[in-house]
Amino acid sequence: MKHLGKALAIGMFVMAANAHADIRFGIVNEAYPPYTTKDASGKAIGWEIDLMDAVCEELKEKCTIVDVAWDGLIPALESKKIDVIWSSMSITDERKKRIDFTEKYYSALAGMIGPKDGAMGVTAKELKDKTVGIAVSTTQSAYFKKHFADVASEKSYATVDESFQDLASGRIDYVFADTGPLKEFLKTDLGEECCEYKGNVEPDDAILGAGVGGGVRKGDDALREKLNAAIKAVRASGKYAEFSKKYFDYDPY
Amino acid sequence: MDFSWIFPYRDLILQGAFLTCLLLVISVTCGFGLAIFLAIAQVGKNPVARWLAKGYCTFFRGTPLLIQLWLIYYGLGTYLPYIPGLRTSFLWPILREGLFFAALALTLNFAAYQGEILRGAMLAVPKGELEAARAVGMSPAMILRRIWLPRAIRIGLPTFAGEVVLQLKATPIVFSVTVMDLYGAAYKIRQDTLLVYEPLLLVTLFYVGLTFLITQAFQKLENAVPTRR
Repeated sequence: MKHLGKALAIGMFVMAANAHADIRFGIVNEAYPPYTTKDASGKAIGWEIDLMDAVCEELKEKCTIVDVAWDGLIPALESKKIDVIWSSMSITDERKKRIDFTEKYYSALAGMIGPKDGAMGVTAKELKDKTVGIAVSTTQSAYFKKHFADVASEKSYATVDESFQDLASGRIDYVFADTGPLKEFLKTDLGEECCEYKGNVEPDDAILGAGVGGGVRKGDDALREKLNAAIKAVRASGKYAEFSKKYFDYDPY
Repeated sequence: MDFSWIFPYRDLILQGAFLTCLLLVISVTCGFGLAIFLAIAQVGKNPVARWLAKGYCTFFRGTPLLIQLWLIYYGLGTYLPYIPGLRTSFLWPILREGLFFAALALTLNFAAYQGEILRGAMLAVPKGELEAARAVGMSPAMILRRIWLPRAIRIGLPTFAGEVVLQLKATPIVFSVTVMDLYGAAYKIRQDTLLVYEPLLLVTLFYVGLTFLITQAFQKLENAVPTRR
């Protein structure tokens, strides 16, 4: 009888484990190198994918990637099409009203690039009467509204990639975005030829957020805790530094 | 349903609605002007003009508007700055804006469709009317001005109304070249407020309302022009 109970308990445990479906990671389907992008065969690659693989290995869970448009990420999470937003989403107060975040897994510094013949520095003085390209509804857009809106004008792009083209052809004077994609662009032929890094903006944690974290549904504390532990473990084991080296010459944490 | 965002975003919405209407008016008026030349060239006797006009209509009707817009904005627009002196000239503030290229692409596209419709309408004008005009001694230019074109435009009017409505619904793609039209405004509001449906609902109402106004206006116009059937 004792054994039967044990067997039943094990059986139920196995069933419960099987019933636990894959963790679905929502990743933005627009290219956002070096964090997420697609190779020629359509497979997702990038720093955030490497981090996801490491985290899932740590969790011993099977993870699947779901492609979602940037503006569809939070709705997809809420309607349970995905379980985690894993797509360079900064942890901001505005977003916290709708979803919960894990601890940060990297820090996004905001900066600007501009043409080589322009002045260095990114304060209100240099930006006076200039046009700044910003991806729509990013933390940078909110930052711009608060700090630069009265001296410079904003041009909205659906993705940051499109603004690079316009910067190179002189239609805008600056692109304001996270340093990661900006530096990635400066490595390309087009970027190298036209533009240079002008500097980071003054920090404003209330708007720019306290780093980038994974987004989970409100109240999904079990998953959030698990992810937090896994991120911590990946960071502690040195794996984080190892795959980061492939993409950055600095520690992105 | 949450519509509390309308007030804080009212400027963006109104400006977007204005840009949508502006693009529609520019592209329809300029496009129609261009279409008249395209139609005349196609029914005319000059083979070079005929084939040029035919080629133009085939190209613009045979390619997606989005591709035309991107070819013009990212293709043409990217090489413009390399023309010496252009970047410092008075034209540059216009040429660096997406609005100019959006209006250009919409106009060229509308002209192609309208030119084809007008060509058909010109061929549908009863031969007897043109012969009568010739018989009273009108010159070919006068026939065109007084009889052929006005009759053709009247014949094409119902189709024309439909085309304007289609043109209105083609305008949201200009957001892809940084023009903050009504759809662009809704897109931004959606992203800022994380509301999915409400901003779309508002622009839907706007487009439906504008379509209603356009069809009413054309109905009035059709009734105002006397016809004998």
